[in-house]
Amino acid sequence: MKAIKYSGLGIFLVGFSIFTMAIFSGYFNFTEQELESYISEKGYKSEHLKEELLKSIVTDEKLSIFEFSSKVRAAFETSNKYHETQISKYNAEKNWAKKGEEFQYKISGKPHSLSYDLAKKAGKGFFKDEPMLAWWLTFGLGIFGALLFILPNVILLGKPGIKNNGIYHESATNRGFIAWLVLMYLVGFYLVLYFMPDYVVNWTFIFDPISNALNGGNASQWFVYGFLYCTIMLVMGARMYIKYRHNKYQIIRTTSVLFFQIVFAFLIPEIMTSLNMPGYDFKSAFPLDYDFFFEWNLKSLQNSGAIGIFILVWGIILTIVIVPVMVYFFGKRWYCSWVCGCGGLAETLGDPYRQHSDKSLNAWKLERWLIHSVLIFSLVMTVVTLYCYFSGTSSFLGIKSQWIKDTYSFLIGAWFAGVIGTGFYPIFGNRVWCRFGCPLAAYLGFVQRFKSRFRITTNGGQCISCGNCSTYCEQGIDVRAYAQKGENIVRSSCVGCGICSAVCPRGVLKLENGPEKGRINPTEILLGNDVDLMQLLNQK
Amino acid sequence: MEHIVIIGNGIAGVTAARHIRKKSNKKITIISGESKYFFSRTALMYVYMGHLKFEHTQPYENWFWKKNNIELKEGFVTNVNTDKNQLIFSDNSTLFYDKLIIATGSKPNKFGWKGQDLKGVMGLYHKQDLENLEKYAPNKEVCKRAVIVGGGLIGIELAEMLRSRKIPVTFLVRETSFWNSVLPTQESEMINKHILEHHIDLRLNTNLKEIISDENGQVKSVIIEGTNEEIPCNVVGLTAGVSPNIDFLKNTNITCNKGVLVNRFLETNIPTIYAIGDCAEQQHPIGNRRPIEAVWYTGRMMGETVAQTICGKKTEYKPGHWFNSAKFLDIEYQTYGWVFSEKTKSENEDHFQWQHASQNKCITISFDKNTHEFLGINTFGIRMRHEIFDQWLSEKKSVEHVLEYLADANFDPEFYKSHETEIVAKFNQEMCTNIQVKKKSWKRIFSKA
Repeated sequence: MKAIKYSGLGIFLVGFSIFTMAIFSGYFNFTEQELESYISEKGYKSEHLKEELLKSIVTDEKLSIFEFSSKVRAAFETSNKYHETQISKYNAEKNWAKKGEEFQYKISGKPHSLSYDLAKKAGKGFFKDEPMLAWWLTFGLGIFGALLFILPNVILLGKPGIKNNGIYHESATNRGFIAWLVLMYLVGFYLVLYFMPDYVVNWTFIFDPISNALNGGNASQWFVYGFLYCTIMLVMGARMYIKYRHNKYQIIRTTSVLFFQIVFAFLIPEIMTSLNMPGYDFKSAFPLDYDFFFEWNLKSLQNSGAIGIFILVWGIILTIVIVPVMVYFFGKRWYCSWVCGCGGLAETLGDPYRQHSDKSLNAWKLERWLIHSVLIFSLVMTVVTLYCYFSGTSSFLGIKSQWIKDTYSFLIGAWFAGVIGTGFYPIFGNRVWCRFGCPLAAYLGFVQRFKSRFRITTNGGQCISCGNCSTYCEQGIDVRAYAQKGENIVRSSCVGCGICSAVCPRGVLKLENGPEKGRINPTEILLGNDVDLMQLLNQK
Repeated sequence: MEHIVIIGNGIAGVTAARHIRKKSNKKITIISGESKYFFSRTALMYVYMGHLKFEHTQPYENWFWKKNNIELKEGFVTNVNTDKNQLIFSDNSTLFYDKLIIATGSKPNKFGWKGQDLKGVMGLYHKQDLENLEKYAPNKEVCKRAVIVGGGLIGIELAEMLRSRKIPVTFLVRETSFWNSVLPTQESEMINKHILEHHIDLRLNTNLKEIISDENGQVKSVIIEGTNEEIPCNVVGLTAGVSPNIDFLKNTNITCNKGVLVNRFLETNIPTIYAIGDCAEQQHPIGNRRPIEAVWYTGRMMGETVAQTICGKKTEYKPGHWFNSAKFLDIEYQTYGWVFSEKTKSENEDHFQWQHASQNKCITISFDKNTHEFLGINTFGIRMRHEIFDQWLSEKKSVEHVLEYLADANFDPEFYKSHETEIVAKFNQEMCTNIQVKKKSWKRIFSKA
């Protein structure tokens, strides 16, 4: 069994290495004809740009993606600079007609994205030519190897039950060398994905056939990410099924997050795209879905006929009615650990790291400041955006709409939710984003704390303060602090993953929905002691 | 300002200190020779198994003590001068107290076996035992086999710990079946089977004769009584119960038997001195309870109680209905009220039992043969609500009532399969009754809350 397990690890690492090395493979160049058709397709009018691109990327030389990218970015920059100088020149000459004409030659957009578009056309080599074979060598081997590594646990872990043996002895799960390597890889992955998509254009070639089959177009980096996300959740979901196979709550919950990720976040939007509708994730609620009220989205929805209007109305109802009502009945877990994609990844890929959340009082203070600041940030951004949208201005109360949207997307959307949120799993635990950053979680948290039937019930006086619950709480809640006082746990940050209840050796904790009365039950003396004393002290 | 000194920073001593602090601004000092900060003794096993780090066993962050103005002193008390209200430490320093609370807990029993003090022989109680185990049994290469002597709760935990590092374990149990002085046969046998499933070499009805040393004064093997079989091993775990840790009181005026003798107010014979937790011995047993109860919960309850007395509200120690819990490898165990084993139960105690056909789940409900009053329940693999059973015991409900409303008491996680219907069907069959299971009612469950 162990041999199977470790050969699985080997196979996984081979697939993983091929996937990573794919970045460096293939070559990129254009023929003059290809370039011309690209330029006309894009409608670029600058002769200067054309010249620059002709000079740099129309070549027989086999450019690597890095050389290609840097040449393309340089070409765009030189061309834009040239036209800017022209603009200032005409400005100085007060030649307004000429000045106005110049603007059309300037090309806006992020340099790496412009380069990505070209690279997608210019790429050649194995991954472009043999996408299906490449898929099997990367994803195929990776999935097969990972499953070989995970499935023998059915036998190796022994009888069903809590199997946390050795978590703090392993480098990977005890913030050792391996954990830091994984952190660096994940951070690097997100940085490239968000900010340098052209570097991973080879990955997108692997998915062109699959993407074409699903939505009729070639794969973007986001398609790759979506597919990868689902794959990782499925494989690590298999690990969850085995690890918690004695615990029906975990089994059903894992099935639920897998379903919502694969069907709602991945398949439905792809199919909608293929039907010329806006691709929409029906479960993604504002303000987690922070660009829902951005002008481009509102315009796109308005231009999409009945389905667009439906999405608009649904999105608003989801946030202001469905989400809070469901939290009232079931706690925020219905979203955060049953439906949400971020939660889904945290509960599958992130499960081996859940013990690393910081339980100190200081961490709790930081959490409240940060998460509520992000909520306010997202609301201010949305108010500014909507005001500008309806009034047709570009700023509100001195805040520029474009500026605040860009800042939020960059700081919160990319860095906090992605680079830090997922990248830091191995060291800071699997819910860094959900705990410290997610504005939707902050909103649900208010409802859960002040108006909900959900609580984690503490079973009388049975707690022995062992600390398993607190240690394995991914949200950094010091569960034990409540349990050992005989107090129910009612905390805005609880996502109801149910692991505290699972790891408790004495059956002390139960997630449940019940009457609001008595949900919060401060106690001084615990059940089991002198009845008079309990009444005397607990009831004041 | 009155100075309250507490010897021992386990659950009893720390609970007392916390409650005294809540009620007063008295000066409080907690003394420990084991570790500066309070930790959960019951969690030590998880540190060895790699579920937790030692710091996770500490329920309060280190700043807690200073913030609450509770002084922590590290040291071993060697004597108490009750005339001068003075503690004497191993380094001959002294400390004055106005009131003293003895909460020194237990130490593992040793019954005078030959070789019981060899290197590699250890109990599992103190933090130092854990360090010892880490030294002598870090892995299966260094420790090729471990022998555990004594089949109780600590013994099975030690076996589970060693098995988590794949160390072969031989488990010597004096009784004919695991813990059957406490558990009814059905349950004891289920645990026997489960122990074997975990590849533990369980030897029932077996006693230790002696422990053999190698040339370095370290354990080499053990000899079994009767058969004289020699079992080679590198570690011997002595887990044949615990007894009060009060040797340092030998030369004092404090009256002791096995433990420090206390009245119902937890007072010793010296007016300024109290004893709580594992080391306290009741002059007269309370109900069915033993005079010394080495259990987490009773330590805590005594701490809660003595704090009231010390803060001027003299309060009798009146533990409520008995409850306890444990985990035997993968099987959780809870008990509420009194369920005695066939060996120890009284004439009028009758049992109703149910066992799952394939899974490790079973229950025993004890009731009065004549009045049908519900006396207690043992559950294995099923979690139950403490509050509900506490209420039923207080209200002296009948066994039929308990079965009818059993669903209210279930505390298993959501979506777990419940077994009330099967359980009640079996009861109906055995007792010729016609009880219909009532559906779980939140209203009833939370009526007390």
